[in-house]
Amino acid sequence: MAKAKGAVDINTERCKGCDLCVVACPVQVLELQPKEVNNRGYHFAFASNPQACIGCAACATVCPDGCITVYRLMAER
Amino acid sequence: MENNDYIKRPENLVYAKPRLLNDNNMHYCPGCSHGVVHRLVAEIIEEMGMEHTTIGIAPVGCAVFAYNYIDIDWIEAAHGRAPAVATAVKRLNPDRLVFTYQGDGDLAAIGTAETIHAANRGENITIIFINNGIYGMTGGQMAPTTLEGMATSTTPYGRRVDLNGYPLKITEILAQLPGTCYVTRQSVHTPASVRKTKQAIRKAFENSLAGKGTSVVEVVSTCNSGWKMSPAKANDWMVENMFPAYPPGDLKNE
Repeated sequence: MAKAKGAVDINTERCKGCDLCVVACPVQVLELQPKEVNNRGYHFAFASNPQACIGCAACATVCPDGCITVYRLMAER
Repeated sequence: MENNDYIKRPENLVYAKPRLLNDNNMHYCPGCSHGVVHRLVAEIIEEMGMEHTTIGIAPVGCAVFAYNYIDIDWIEAAHGRAPAVATAVKRLNPDRLVFTYQGDGDLAAIGTAETIHAANRGENITIIFINNGIYGMTGGQMAPTTLEGMATSTTPYGRRVDLNGYPLKITEILAQLPGTCYVTRQSVHTPASVRKTKQAIRKAFENSLAGKGTSVVEVVSTCNSGWKMSPAKANDWMVENMFPAYPPGDLKNE
């Protein structure tokens, strides 16, 4: 089976730091910023472990604010 | 650290925010289910190519500002009167897709009569019903759908059936009416349930266009601010407490 590699782009200014994408991610790619905040004062989500991403779009599917854009590349074996 | 920016190319795109959901920041609390359902509605209308021929009816409640976020035509109805307004809009514009988007305080309390009679007349509209068991906008008061024993700001020791009556299962009532063609209950707490809800709303929209009768999609939702929990914990609480009273699944599919 071809291995999928994914990448996520997060609109950090739109993000409200609700943590639902972090919970939904099956491979623990995402985390909330522990200290930094965006312009509206939320601890936004970021990809702390981007190499693990498989591009399943689970995070984008549960995101209430549509902040996440997902890309996926099916790698050759 | 490995850089995976090379994957971020348009040909590899899997998921992006639908175009119809505009760039205004939503006023909903972090983790609110309204955002997910708004996004699904925008996605479905975009996929169906109906952005110029859809009319949404916004309720009174948190979703009162739905017209600020989805770029279609909207009408803001008086509290609870969205199905009545939708009836008029659909009868005058029979080729349009007309849907209402209502919360439980709007649909199951002040708008019970309008909802039941619109469904009983079999109007070709879709009713999207967000049920979080609470009046979220006004500060978390008890709603007709509040669970037995559930603490709200007006029932701080829990809802008592001897004083406040039983939770109203309005979707079950609507399923009994001959005017409805599709009545379903879904949720948006996991990726799988979000996809199922999307299919349900799409089917409801197609039924309305086909003139089969009223379609009702209840979405069992969370109100983490009103319930005073974190968004993730509110989802768990919903699965544990809301699902036994409001089990997901199709109630009617004709």
